[in-house]
Parts: sequence; C-alpha cells; structure tokens
Amino acid sequence: MIDQGPLIPRNREMHPVPYYPDYKTSVARSPSLPLLSMESGPSEETGPTFGHDQIGALDNNLILNWTKGAAPAVGERILMHGRVLDENGRAVPETLIEIWQANAGGRYRHKKDGYLAPLDPNFGGCGRTLTDANGCYQFLTIRPGAYPWPNRGNDWRPMHIHISVYGHSFGQRLITQMYFEGDPLIERCPIAATIRNRSQLDRLVAPLDMAASRPLDFLAYKFDIVLRGRRQTMFENKLEGL
Amino acid sequence: MVQPLTVLPESPSQTAGPYVHIGLMPTYAGNPGAYAEEIGTSPIAEGAQGTVIEIVGSVYDGTGWALRDALIESWQPDAAGIFPGQPGADPAVSGLCRFAADAVSGEFTLRTVKPGPVPSRYGKAFAPHISLWVVARGINIGLQTRIYFEDEDNSDDPLLARIEQRPRVETLIAKKIGENRYRFDIRLQGAGETVFLDL
Ligand SMILES: [Fe+3]
Repeated sequence: MIDQGPLIPRNREMHPVPYYPDYKTSVARSPSLPLLSMESGPSEETGPTFGHDQIGALDNNLILNWTKGAAPAVGERILMHGRVLDENGRAVPETLIEIWQANAGGRYRHKKDGYLAPLDPNFGGCGRTLTDANGCYQFLTIRPGAYPWPNRGNDWRPMHIHISVYGHSFGQRLITQMYFEGDPLIERCPIAATIRNRSQLDRLVAPLDMAASRPLDFLAYKFDIVLRGRRQTMFENKLEGL
Repeated sequence: MVQPLTVLPESPSQTAGPYVHIGLMPTYAGNPGAYAEEIGTSPIAEGAQGTVIEIVGSVYDGTGWALRDALIESWQPDAAGIFPGQPGADPAVSGLCRFAADAVSGEFTLRTVKPGPVPSRYGKAFAPHISLWVVARGINIGLQTRIYFEDEDNSDDPLLARIEQRPRVETLIAKKIGENRYRFDIRLQGAGETVFLDL
C-alpha cells in the first residue's frame, strides 16, 4: 500500500452536534470536554479489508435474505443504490457497506424492540455488500415504516435505513442514516435535527430515482456517501517538536 | 473571484441508535444465522503471535450509569506493531473486533493479543495501543479513543504527550487486574471523562 498521506481533518461543522437536549439520550452521553485533535497516524490510516468470499449471494437482498430466498418480505419494494466517494471526489472501491432497518410496519427484529407492530416472518432487517471498482453499491429491500420512540411526548422517527461504512481506513469509519424524499417526519425529528447545517441534512435525504427503478417491480432511491479523504502532497516532512 | 474549490464535504453522521446490533452483531441482536459469517467476531485466530490478553470494562454515561446498549469496535496491529495488510503482518491477526456491553451488566470483554509499538511521523513511536470507536443511542457521531497499557512504557508516546491535563492521561490507560487481564472503563461525560480523539 502506498502512503497516501494523512487523513483530512474532520470538519465537525458538517456533523451533528453531540449535545442536543431535544434528543434526550444525548444529554448524558455527549462528552463535555473538547476532543484531542492531532494528525492521523497508522492506527487511523489503516483499516480492515473484506473479501467477496465473505459476502453471501443474498446478503444485499433484504427482501429474500432472511428466508434464504424461500419467501419475500412484506412491503413496498425498493432499490437503494449509490456511490461511495471520498472528499477528493475519488471512488472508494471494495469497501464494506452494512445496513439495518425496521420492517414495513416500523418494527425491528431486535430482542429489545417491543413496538406493537408485528414482526414480518420473512424479514430480518440487515444486509451488506462491497462497493464495486467504481464505488457503486446496491441493496434490494422494502421501505421501512416510521415508528414511535420514547423521547418527548409524541416523537416518531421518519422512515430511515441505518448505514455503516468503513472506507479504507479506520479513521474514515462512519455510521449514518438515509431518509426518504418527501417524508414530513424528517422536519419533526430531533435526531435529524442534531445536524444543524441544513444542506448537510439534505444530503441524507435520498431522492426518488425513477431512472433506476424497474417497471412493475421496484422504485429506486439514490444515496451517495462521502467519506474523509487524504491529503495528497509531494512535500511530506517529519513533524518536529511535537 | 477565485477558482472554485471542489472538495466534497464528508457525509454527516447520525446516531447508530439502539438497534445497531442488528446490522453489526446480528447474533447479539437475537438473530443468529443472518449471515453465514459474521464480521469482527474476533481480532485474532488460532496461532496468533504474542501474548493473549483480556480487557474488561464498561461505558458510563454522565450520571455514572453503565450503558447496556453500547457497541465498540477495536482496531489494532499485531504483536510486532504491523497492521493487517502491511508487509510482514501476522496472518492470524485480523485486527478488527466488534463487542457489545452486556445487556444485563453493561460490561464488555475484548480478547486479543497485546499489540506492539507503531512508528509515527513524529519521530517517536506510539506506545502499544488499541484504537476504539464507540457508538450507541444518544451518541451522534462515533467516539474515538485508545487503550494504552499501564505495564508498557508510555513516556514517549506522541499522543499522550499532547494531553495538557496530566491526570487525564490515566483515562487512556488500562489497569492490570490479573495475569494478562486488564480493566478499561470509558466515561462519556463528567468526572474522569475519557479523552476522546479527533484524528
Ligand atoms: Fe432506527
């Protein structure tokens, strides 16, 4: 592996604020002291790699993967697709993307979720894939339902899919959520509102993509992800006096 | 006017939420068999070089309550300080581990090999350490930190040297509690708050 230089420092203005009282759980779980900033080193510039042999043929098909193809999940069939890029605009190939989500009724298959909407016997709710050589990925799934959660008096999560990405180094690690164009609950969600920069929040709202949808089968939503890039320079000096 | 800078901003984070285990640790979530092979179940395979160690601890919130829903990832090099993928790396060290706070006690356990020191651009090497990334409901962007070891020489470590309030260095150092056993607690907020990193 060539030394590509250190990671571009994270611009925290582009991210949610850690402490956001309308999202009550964040109040006691957000650090109150500043983070220790320093240039990245090998621990952040290296990261795990994954092979296609680790990924099953149905792993990116949430409609079929829980039943191993025996029966499809209930719900509105959708294709979630997009590209993973870095801040320099370069594709991030062969990187692991994992997603998890509620079923069409808004219920998660998790031992701690007791929401009264029923489980779908044909839906597990997790999927994973590797991006291709151009950084592209796709998942076939169902549109998750909105669900209520204990926070303020009557808070509901907008429809969303949770996404976890590695990039090529541990310092690029990112977990985020994809929302759906036109969902009125996005404006009312205190978790979405932790992102104070409106144009940044908009980047988590996937547009309906009719060009990629398949007639008589599924609608498509496009969701691109940008990870931290690395500083490219011919002038790397050893840092002194630190 | 100037030329436009065409830098794409990083996508914003969102909390991993209470059900992160469905995606990253399906067996823990109660869904064994979701995948033929789960990722990050152990950072080492049989035959890994070096000393096998066990690190236990909890993640505490600002009230002193141990989180029952935290998920942690660790990333580390092998016993010689070589990361997976680098030339000469121990093939039995994958380096990545995913582990969760116990749903009843809030305690986690990481079983791995003790890593070696790692070269840095700062001239001096980093003392042996394991990188951590902590996510949970209420954490809006994953928290980075490191485990160092009290029985290693940490005096020249370039990261620890940057911590102005010297008592806070202790928050990054695992305490020996037995033969090859350590304790490392993470405090998200308040008294003894862990030093979190922005690297
Ligand atoms: Fe959710």
